Amino acid sequence: MVGLLDRRLVFVTGKGGVGKTTVAAALALFASEHGRRTLLCEVDAKGDVASFLETGPTAFTAGEALPGLWAMSMDTEASLREYLRLNLRIPVVGRIGPLAKAFDFVATAAPGVREILTVGKLCFEVRERHYDLVVVDAPATGHIIGQLAAPQAINELVKVGLIRSQTDWMLDILSDPEQTAVAIVTTPEEMPVNETIELVERVRQETTVELASVIVNRVLPELFGRSEEEVFDRLGGDAATEELTRLAGDDPAPVLTAARLAVTLRRTNAGHLERLRAAVDPTVPMLYLPFLFARFHGLRTIRQVASSLGEELGF
Amino acid sequence: MTPRRTSVAPAPSGSLDGLLASREIIVACGPGGVGKTTTAAAAAAMAAARGGGKVLVLTIDPARRLADALGLDGIGNTERRVPNEAFSSAGIKPRGELYAAMLDTKESWDALIRHHAPDDRTRDEILANPLYRNISGRFVQSHDYIAMERLFEIHSEGIYDLIVVDTPPTRNALDFLDAPERMAEFFSSRLLRWLIVPYRSRLVNFASKPFYQVADRILGTQFLADIAEFFILFQSMYDGFIERARAVQRLLADRRTSFIVVSTLETVPLREAEFFAQAITERKLHLGAIVLNKVLPDYLRDPTGALVAERLRDRAEEIAGVVAPQLGVDPAQVRRVLIEVGQNYMDYRLVAQGEAEKQAELSTAAETLVSVPYFDTDVHDFAGLMRLGAGLWGE
Repeated sequence: MVGLLDRRLVFVTGKGGVGKTTVAAALALFASEHGRRTLLCEVDAKGDVASFLETGPTAFTAGEALPGLWAMSMDTEASLREYLRLNLRIPVVGRIGPLAKAFDFVATAAPGVREILTVGKLCFEVRERHYDLVVVDAPATGHIIGQLAAPQAINELVKVGLIRSQTDWMLDILSDPEQTAVAIVTTPEEMPVNETIELVERVRQETTVELASVIVNRVLPELFGRSEEEVFDRLGGDAATEELTRLAGDDPAPVLTAARLAVTLRRTNAGHLERLRAAVDPTVPMLYLPFLFARFHGLRTIRQVASSLGEELGF
Repeated sequence: MTPRRTSVAPAPSGSLDGLLASREIIVACGPGGVGKTTTAAAAAAMAAARGGGKVLVLTIDPARRLADALGLDGIGNTERRVPNEAFSSAGIKPRGELYAAMLDTKESWDALIRHHAPDDRTRDEILANPLYRNISGRFVQSHDYIAMERLFEIHSEGIYDLIVVDTPPTRNALDFLDAPERMAEFFSSRLLRWLIVPYRSRLVNFASKPFYQVADRILGTQFLADIAEFFILFQSMYDGFIERARAVQRLLADRRTSFIVVSTLETVPLREAEFFAQAITERKLHLGAIVLNKVLPDYLRDPTGALVAERLRDRAEEIAGVVAPQLGVDPAQVRRVLIEVGQNYMDYRLVAQGEAEKQAELSTAAETLVSVPYFDTDVHDFAGLMRLGAGLWGE
């Protein structure tokens, strides 16, 4: 299987709240630090990429956020304008009246139009070789299939016309595992794992894009091994607690309770991870990123995640 | 082992009790992955258990185990009573009745078409139209709209004292709030009529209009014709549809309706939740409460806890030397355990402090701020749901 960094287009998706944007930004950062001219594209323009990279707001026109790392946010209307300008040689504004309104209408009426303009722009950047790698902070689980399958859907709906003639080369790029892949981010929790298992199956059945890896984010560290856990249990006994109170100068209860919480959480998570591993094709690599004990998240955490990701990718 | 209460300012833990008792509709919204669906179910279950009356929870896509907990496995669009055994399994005798339903987007759309279609032929043609099938099945905004539409329908039947509705995960915080309005706008847009004109009348030479030329070159004639056919069919239902969308809009703004925003204290979801809260207030809708889920427990911010943790970690060897012989275990092992335990506390403390700061900064636009502690296991049965419910009641 081709390494994640050796592709040209990587979609990073996952259930809302699992750290999809963090992982996408970390992957892009890591790639740029390893000699790839990288474009990071935020599809749901929420501004998270800008805040994580601690740059100014991103726009449709990519800007170099860090050395070798460009960032952009998707804007389907801007994508349409660019497309018209490049392909139809239509001086857009003025000639076709209120483009914004017309676009809004067509995009609302015709399913897949927004998606095709998004995927189209991304494939275009790949085809034109503007970058070595395009990392997409893709839509969440519920929408990614629609996006990845948009060219096929359009092919079914639109029998002729310019869009139809465009979907073929996009499909070529999307369906080529040497070039394109999707990575699913999850956390070791019940709902994210459930959704990931479902999504893995849907990617396989409903799209032509290869699943490159499942990235498990926020994996809690293991506090102790089995025999150490026995020792820990005995430290919680009355006599030992009294002794610890004397030696440490105060009641150790909060500290011991916190350790018990950590052990239980880790154990619950381990159960979900086992379920995930059993459900995902064993040839699909799973990468594990540690939980970051940090107060706030910004570029510093992205760098930490990038370095963990690098280790997992074998760098 | 019960940790003492912390001397750090305790997290405000309000209750949803009063809000749920005084409203007919509660709309739970918020970012994905924060336990919104479970929160909606727990709030409804508590309202039924404590408050009484008929309470319905309308969920979008519950986890399998939540569906199981509610006895909802395999249930679709119609409401079903959650059996009393569910309550008794959690040791509760409910004062009221709990019902649950799952939203089936496609089925709800079809029902709406059947309701509004002027005749059987139009109805069948619309239901068979490929564009309609796409819109009702895949079109994301249609989920937003239909959830609110279904809420309106159930509410107008007047069966339930309280309806708690979960909202679909949206791409954009505002989508479902604006969905009824956008639907109405969409079907009444001049552009739409303009687009349909050439297909209705041969008098217009549509090839001469630059818009059609461009549209035709991009989309292809057949597709444009498909769109037009669909909307010509739809126009027969146009008035009823718009009226309905406006009624849905009114219901959301009604004083019997209140919104709760669910979030965690993690950076990204919290920022999104703040957008939600703002959007609700800006639209002059009632923001009843902000629910913070999975909040790390107070004892992690206990200042003496930090002192103890640091001592256990930094003086592990010395302490192990005293404690290990008393317990009859290997001092090296005790030392490792003490270091881990101390460091673990400091790690979690850092996160808990960050959460507390974010909670303090959270603008309290809502009347109530409820924070629910981190439970170390998932909700997988009715008792778990009621435990979350108790948290929502500030207990």
